[in-house]
Amino acid sequence: MSCQCGSASKDERFVKIDQILDQNGRDESFLIQNLEQIQHILGYLPEDVQAYLAEAMGIPLSKVYGVVTFYSLFTTEPIGKHKISICLGTACYVKGAGEILAEFEKQLKIKVGETTPDGRFTLTACRCLGACGLAPVLNVNGKVFGRLTTDDIAGILAQFE
Amino acid sequence: MEMVTVTIDGVETQVPSDYTVLKAAQKAGVHIPTLCYLKDINQIGACRVCLVEIDRARGLQASCVYPVSEGLKIHTHTPAVLEARKAVVELLLSNHPQDCLTCIRNTTCELQALAQQMGIDHVRFTGERKEYPIDFSSPSVQRDASKCILCRRCVAVCNQVQNVGVLGLINRGFESIVGPAFHRGLGEVNCTNCGQCINVCPVGALKEVDHTERVWKALADPSKHVIVQTAPSIRAGLGEEFGLPIGTPVTGKMVAALRRLGFAKVFDTDFTADLTIMEEGNELLHRIGTGGKLPLITSCSPGWVKFCEHNYPDFIENLSSAKSPQAMFGALAKTYYAENNNIDPATIYSVSAMPCTAKKFECARPEMEASGYPDVDAVITTRELARMIKKAGIDFLNLPDEDFDKSMGASTGAGVIFGATGGVMEAALRTVYEVISGETLQNVEFNAVRGMEGIKEAAVNIPGFGEVRVAVAHGLQNAADLLDRIRSGEGDYHFIEIMACPGGCVGGGGQPIVSGPMRLTLPEDYQALRHKAIYTVDRDKTLRKSHENPEVIEIYEKYLGKPLGEKSHHLLHTKYTKRPKYSVEIPDQPEK
Repeated sequence: MSCQCGSASKDERFVKIDQILDQNGRDESFLIQNLEQIQHILGYLPEDVQAYLAEAMGIPLSKVYGVVTFYSLFTTEPIGKHKISICLGTACYVKGAGEILAEFEKQLKIKVGETTPDGRFTLTACRCLGACGLAPVLNVNGKVFGRLTTDDIAGILAQFE
Repeated sequence: MEMVTVTIDGVETQVPSDYTVLKAAQKAGVHIPTLCYLKDINQIGACRVCLVEIDRARGLQASCVYPVSEGLKIHTHTPAVLEARKAVVELLLSNHPQDCLTCIRNTTCELQALAQQMGIDHVRFTGERKEYPIDFSSPSVQRDASKCILCRRCVAVCNQVQNVGVLGLINRGFESIVGPAFHRGLGEVNCTNCGQCINVCPVGALKEVDHTERVWKALADPSKHVIVQTAPSIRAGLGEEFGLPIGTPVTGKMVAALRRLGFAKVFDTDFTADLTIMEEGNELLHRIGTGGKLPLITSCSPGWVKFCEHNYPDFIENLSSAKSPQAMFGALAKTYYAENNNIDPATIYSVSAMPCTAKKFECARPEMEASGYPDVDAVITTRELARMIKKAGIDFLNLPDEDFDKSMGASTGAGVIFGATGGVMEAALRTVYEVISGETLQNVEFNAVRGMEGIKEAAVNIPGFGEVRVAVAHGLQNAADLLDRIRSGEGDYHFIEIMACPGGCVGGGGQPIVSGPMRLTLPEDYQALRHKAIYTVDRDKTLRKSHENPEVIEIYEKYLGKPLGEKSHHLLHTKYTKRPKYSVEIPDQPEK
């Protein structure tokens, strides 16, 4: 029987993480950069990935988790094919972003922060996209939709299969 | 150090140029209130309670992180300062349960003291309040995040002093919470149960898992023969709970109080500390003689043992197989003591009073049933013992001094100094020296291994053997540094003592809490003050070497045979288990 240890049997995800770490470095100051690139490849930051990173970088897991939960950029759950980010910044909120969000929750039958069971949509909230003139505004996969009303929502969802 | 002149509330004063405004004010006799600040441990300017006004500085400044400079003019109690501090505390109270009457920290809470000092007679702000379930998962530490004020003193001690790092800050803003990664319980992660987080918590968010109820129940049960053992450090700390200055030994009053609580026998863990030296000292000689694994590392501190099992499993073979004094006592109470006195061990209820929260975990380890019963039934900390004494209405300060009961109550100075960092090493050296050389040790005090230095080293020349090289570390960060040094091939030692808590057991997680403001006023570390109590007791003992303890000699003659013998092996020795570092499985890192 052949040896089961070593990189030959290593989960593909961790091989990629090793590559990122080799490239960026394992010093504590690269934590955010490493997390960002790992999430870019895996789509999210599951527990074993965070623990592996903590061990590789020699920092406590509680610290890695602290950074992951501090920044809204990071997610610990798999995200859907399309990510809807609704701005809840002051201007958008005053212009009715709360109702827009509620309408998305109603139509997608999920709460903010969740993903539809079919993996199609993830619904998130964010703080100010810097486009207050378009308030209320949202962003789907980088595409911006502005001056929204609740009547626009079904049409937006239909654009993303 | 260069001195600078600063003016505090109109009074000129000279302070070293590396001082903060807080420290300078302290020196000038002005006590600026603090909350998140903890001397030498946490200086982050987060809570804004220590705000002061400084001429030409913008806004109010946090004095705990503001460095002094020549000519600085500081105002510590202007209306703006007092109003801002009060508002800070009021806002903290608005998200605090305010169940002071039923809180463990009632009258010793730093937030409560601040509210009183600032004259807060009602809470102006009401709003959303964070409520979290209490974390009951740990055998040692109970965590109630609803009471947490996010000062991060526990995070600092867990990460920087202990290098354990299970506590961190999760989320941001109003959602912030202190806890282990992934919101796990403390009992589900690599927490060492050291309890240092409890010692630094200003409020009631962290406390020991209470064992007093089960002890009261046993004491009231006529079918139970309830006995107690007291660790060396209890006598050095207990007095503080009754208003005595830090470092006042209270051995005799402690024994008297325990009798009055109803314990049938009051025994001394120092007796089994002496026994530990006999077993561990002989283990050292055996390992040196047979080419066994060196350095031998002490295993009395259950916080250290668990830290090793999680983080340094490659050192497990170095750990002494000798059980801790608590565990040795437990095993002997239900065998040796029971047989000698014709008591059915099933009726013995064995309580230990420990300065340590990790001992609660240790007594529940599966290997701690050598007697066929749980060797120790309940572990109460120094704080819990004080609560029992107060509850029973015992006038502690006016108690007569009483002696321990015979057969497991005699001890030497060597057993007592187990409570201070370097004490186990010093006790071992006193015995090993005489056993190897056959000569009488003239000066029994090994000053090189005493004191608060994080890592201490010494080489002792023993006639007939040569140089014995030893090292001592206290606080798990120091332990980790020492082990890293050994891993990298530096440092060649025969014997190492490691204690999880800074200062050793006197600084244990179950000892009386020394508040943040109090730490700022002490002339030296509170652990060092408690050391004085320990070394005073040692100096006053006629017998100061473990192998001279008459009850130790007797137990080997009548019961155990010889150190490392078959009976000792069964009752007094144990083994350790590798434990995972993370609560999830991860693959190996690539080879460097």
